[in-house]
Amino acid sequence: MDMQKIQNDVQEIFRDNFDDEELEITRATCADDIEDWDSLEQINLLTAIEKKFGLKFKLEDVRGLKNVGDLLDLIERLIG
Amino acid sequence: MAVNILNYPFDADLILQKKRAIKRELRTKENLLPKKIAIMSGVTVGVMQDILEIYLLANGIDPTFYQGEYALFYENLCFDDGSLAAFAPDVIYIHTSMRNLKTWPLPGDDAETAEKLAQAEAGRFLQAAKAGLALGCPVVLNNFELPPYRVMGNKEATAPGGRVRFVRRVNEILAQAADETPNLYLNDLCYLQAQHGMDAFSDQTAWYAYKYPCALDKIPYLAQSVANIIKSLLGKNKKALALDLDNTLWGGVIGDDGPEGITMGMETPAGMAYTEFQQYLKELSALGVLLNVDSKNEEVNAVAGFERADSVLKKDDFICFKANWEPKSQNLVAMAKEINIFPDSFVFIDDNPAEREIIRQQVPGVAVPDLGAPEEYIRSIDRSGYFEVTNLSADDQKRVAMYKQNAARAEMQASFGDYSDYLRSLEMRGEFGHFDAAHAERITQLTNKSNQFNLTTRRYTAAEIESLIDHPDYVTLYARLVDKFGDNGIISNVIGHIDGDAMDIDLWVMSCRVLKRDLEKALFDKLVEDAQQKGVKIIRGHYYPTAKNLLVKDFYATIGFELKSEDEAGNKEYEFVIPADYTPQCNVMETVRV
Repeated sequence: MDMQKIQNDVQEIFRDNFDDEELEITRATCADDIEDWDSLEQINLLTAIEKKFGLKFKLEDVRGLKNVGDLLDLIERLIG
Repeated sequence: MAVNILNYPFDADLILQKKRAIKRELRTKENLLPKKIAIMSGVTVGVMQDILEIYLLANGIDPTFYQGEYALFYENLCFDDGSLAAFAPDVIYIHTSMRNLKTWPLPGDDAETAEKLAQAEAGRFLQAAKAGLALGCPVVLNNFELPPYRVMGNKEATAPGGRVRFVRRVNEILAQAADETPNLYLNDLCYLQAQHGMDAFSDQTAWYAYKYPCALDKIPYLAQSVANIIKSLLGKNKKALALDLDNTLWGGVIGDDGPEGITMGMETPAGMAYTEFQQYLKELSALGVLLNVDSKNEEVNAVAGFERADSVLKKDDFICFKANWEPKSQNLVAMAKEINIFPDSFVFIDDNPAEREIIRQQVPGVAVPDLGAPEEYIRSIDRSGYFEVTNLSADDQKRVAMYKQNAARAEMQASFGDYSDYLRSLEMRGEFGHFDAAHAERITQLTNKSNQFNLTTRRYTAAEIESLIDHPDYVTLYARLVDKFGDNGIISNVIGHIDGDAMDIDLWVMSCRVLKRDLEKALFDKLVEDAQQKGVKIIRGHYYPTAKNLLVKDFYATIGFELKSEDEAGNKEYEFVIPADYTPQCNVMETVRV
């Protein structure tokens, strides 16, 4: 799966989760850019990504994710 | 988006993912009942609050939340800084899990030590719950799920110091307390864990990383379970079932196959599934849920099915029996009218997806579960919690009989010319008493369940009702109505609030099954008597319109009140100056004080 496809899927998840059909994410998007994105929402996002890509994150995987770019790289690495 | 995705079996991931959109859609519903819910935290609340909000909205309740501090349920409840009391919750939910048990027994501990520990642990949660109860509202407390690992293996369930045995013992102590403590309700977390399987439910990542008590995709089930208790307490349970027959209560088509040809009984696997489903319905009926037939059939054929010796349900078990060729939606609306409940109090059960879709579209508010295969029917209904029992009163169990008596009275009415003659022929006896502890539970239930004959639609908790008992500034009355067909139980109550020589009627409710029996007049006669004894000269009546109480919009005028004002919203203020020679208005029944 190429990076653009991953980003599109993740964008869909963000749009659903924050109920905002216009939301555009970039690799640099981080929690400061989206008002409702707090640590609890992070959990919801990660869970939705797990389901979408058929993954199960390890505790180690989700530490230190700074922005959408980190998240996309993680997904790409795991679905390899 | 169809809010149907909230129905069992629901897509938990989709609910989590679309929670904002779902809330937005549910908030467009009218006549939501605003309520204040405090969630006290043992473990992470987080998305639990969002999903609980969704399930409450779906049940017509619009919650505002107070959230306690993380893991401080005990401190926040027992040493409230004033913020919780100021919030004045209508319901408190204590969101705890097995992870909140602090002191566990050791494998070698003897029975006495383990029991002391169990009492101490359960005691801590009960103390917190009782601090909540002191605020005068119901408290919902989780029991505990089983621990996800066992150092001793199976022995954990039998050794006094075993953790499995310990959790079961603590749960038993909590169960007993919930049974004995008014207003305390247990949410059965342990059952939920079993229902989903421990490994799926007690997800270790969810605990280590987020301090959630269960996997994120099980939160919707937990929220639904808590919401079911709350909506039941607030009088939002369903009351009746409208049941299809062919391939729903039995296998096959009775019009084609004849009564011998349909599938039921213990001889075949499919027969057993239908029979057990009938048994399940019979048990619901014993709890006061009203069973009704809504089927496309010739009536004579339909009846023949229930005459089979191995049919658990008999024709007598049903209140309304509509086997005809009318649209089922029309039948359902007609039945609602006949038994005096709203169509949205019905759950519609039909194996045919097309019939289900018609009801969803034609009669909004009716619950219409997708049934699955016959062996899954029970689960579809059971897991939805339509009939969640919080307080089981003796009247609930008699309700079916009472509705049947109503049908008999309706038949008799047809043969009388003058309505008063008919009423006298019923040999009615009205019993009137002041609120007391023995009847507080039923009075609370009636107060919160009545929508149609309800002048102010004020809701009271059990604690509030109890606080009015023998209160010098209030006149309280409940009424029971007995007639020659049976005992209707307590079916009306009124609360008058005295202010100098005037009295405001804060609440007046009556069950619709005794409409048009002049019971309201008899109750008013007694209210006047009591008010006079307390020096009251003027009684003020208030009518506040809701979507459901149009029935009584002119009620006060019919018993002699004078309309003083009415605003644009339809709120009306009435006054009744008690004449020195007040003549009782009801003369069709014997009345007694109890």
